[in-house]
Amino acid sequence: MTPQLVVFFVLAALAVGGALSLIFQKHPIHSALSLIVVMVSLAGLYLLMGAEFVAAVQIIVYGGAIMVLFVFVIMLLNAGVEEHTSISKFAGFPGLLLAFALTGFIAATIARSTDSVQAVAQPGNMASTRDLSTMIFRDFVYPFELTSFLILVAVLGAIVLAQREKA
Amino acid sequence: MVPTNYYLVLSAILFGLGVLAFIFKRNIITIFMSIELMLNAVNLAFVAFSQAMHKLDGQVFVLFVIVVAAAEAAVGLAIIILTARNRQSLNVERVDLLKL
Amino acid sequence: MIDFLMAHGWLIVTVIKVALMMFIVLTVNAYLTWFERKLVAHIQSRWGPHRVGPHGLLQPLADGVKFLFKEDPTPAGVDRFVYFLAPLLSLALALTSIAIIPFGPNPLPWKILGQDVYLGILPPDVNIGILALFAITALGVYGVALAGWSSNSKYPLLGGLRSSAQMISYELALTLSVVGVLLIAGTFNLTEIINNQTSRYGILGWNIFPQFLGFICFFIAAVAETNRVPFDLPEAESELVAGFHTEYASFKFAMFFIAEYTSMITVSSLCAILFFGGWLSPFPPTWTWTYYLPTLILLPFGAWVIWDGIRYETIFGKIILPGVGAVMCVIAIALIAFPALNGFIQAPFWLLSKIFVFLFVYVWMRGTLPRLRYDQLMAFGWKMLLPVSIANVVFTSFAILRWGGIR
Repeated sequence: MTPQLVVFFVLAALAVGGALSLIFQKHPIHSALSLIVVMVSLAGLYLLMGAEFVAAVQIIVYGGAIMVLFVFVIMLLNAGVEEHTSISKFAGFPGLLLAFALTGFIAATIARSTDSVQAVAQPGNMASTRDLSTMIFRDFVYPFELTSFLILVAVLGAIVLAQREKA
Repeated sequence: MVPTNYYLVLSAILFGLGVLAFIFKRNIITIFMSIELMLNAVNLAFVAFSQAMHKLDGQVFVLFVIVVAAAEAAVGLAIIILTARNRQSLNVERVDLLKL
Repeated sequence: MIDFLMAHGWLIVTVIKVALMMFIVLTVNAYLTWFERKLVAHIQSRWGPHRVGPHGLLQPLADGVKFLFKEDPTPAGVDRFVYFLAPLLSLALALTSIAIIPFGPNPLPWKILGQDVYLGILPPDVNIGILALFAITALGVYGVALAGWSSNSKYPLLGGLRSSAQMISYELALTLSVVGVLLIAGTFNLTEIINNQTSRYGILGWNIFPQFLGFICFFIAAVAETNRVPFDLPEAESELVAGFHTEYASFKFAMFFIAEYTSMITVSSLCAILFFGGWLSPFPPTWTWTYYLPTLILLPFGAWVIWDGIRYETIFGKIILPGVGAVMCVIAIALIAFPALNGFIQAPFWLLSKIFVFLFVYVWMRGTLPRLRYDQLMAFGWKMLLPVSIANVVFTSFAILRWGGIR
């Protein structure tokens, strides 16, 4: 039971706990806080794998910008506790079963396969930021420019959509 | 050292929980958050594979996924604000007419 | 027992360092409040606190006792979990950011439990040092936003929304203004950034000279990030009752207070590390006579404290102040007597002095400058500071391409 395995199980339990809390909480702000817990624990897992730049970007962008946007929208729209509607409880049961079947099938297939992906011996220095940025700006420079264009379009779209109507 | 399969099983579990939340929740914003959860699960799988194969392509792709998720969150939340303003409700079952 | 300690030495030393650092940071926070009240008072031509203890030095103790014993009501209709979480989150994040700052390059001359004990909680080779600090700053928005929302009242909600919008706007300028320094140093590692600023001429090697515009942008954005004057409209008394921490009483308000002062300390140390050479002395390294500067400052200051204490009014002051002065003189003489100690103390001395200078500037601005209105604040952040930061990045990268590496 190496220390890395212990840390992995703690972070994994935190992530799954956060995801379960997202499902079972009634107020959307509590769901948002649970999702933040999931993201921070995933950043911890990235650090455990040696991907330090991705971990930092995950916290800064996902945890510090996207989820802040979610929390702002929940506060501004004054979202309350979810109301009861006339959904059929009977139809929910096969849905739950099928979702578990899907997850179980994927997980079992992965857990049983031992030869397709070989586990690595040690992390090494493979994830230095310099190598990552060299790869982005040399091999992936076209997707990079396209994503910057995409962000510009998204910003313009969000501003136009969320304006108050001039009346 | 943690075997890669452990990360992949965790990613599958998180993805399944995201699907569950997407199906069973009624608040539009919570449904949108479950989409982000599914994207995060996929990111975890990417980084796990990147570590196993000693290539950086997985991490580069994770950065692109994060950027696209940010753009999508911005536009999606703007649409949600518009829908909430027009239907006066955040319940996804109230958005059931083809014309607002 | 000894085997167990030696096998887990790293963990035990880190836990002890964390406990020690938390104690030190909380004490420094308390005396920072004393310093701020005294300095702002003297700027406004009045005495600050001067009754509780000699020169008001026990005022933070009295404030702490007050915070502990005051009634802590919870308003009706709040979301209890989020209401209790918000100050905790602010405080935890602010205190965590102190862990990343290296206070000295060399470990202590003797090993404890087989471990090199560095000054600073994390070892000084964190590859993403400054990025981790920005990550923690980015999460700090939640404490404010959730505090404002969970208080179930309109002034905190408005104050919380305004304050968090201000923080995320200035976070962009903060991050971009540091990119110039990162381009010059080529790394995120804080220790490497400091080592990159060494030069034969001491002060001329500091990053302030190539990156003066970056420093201005960074300092203004940092003042806005920490919600201090002139950007403190969201917590101003006359405009918004008290902004996002209106409904918070004694101890939870103290947690917000400590979080704000701790982030001030973090930002001051970042200014010192990134732009002013960190623990490097402003004198050239060949001038070894400057190693006696700590002694030269401490000895007269200790003597003055003793002389002032002897003439003080109360008996308590007549005992405490000469005692403090005597301790300072003893430390100063010990620095001359033990050259190894003197050499070791140089790096933390310079870094702490620079942090103190920046804290002085922070408090000086509080006593002098008026407050910006909210729309002026946001317009300045988006229309002036962000384009200037981006221009700084463009000019710096152009200069590096044209004239090779600056170092």
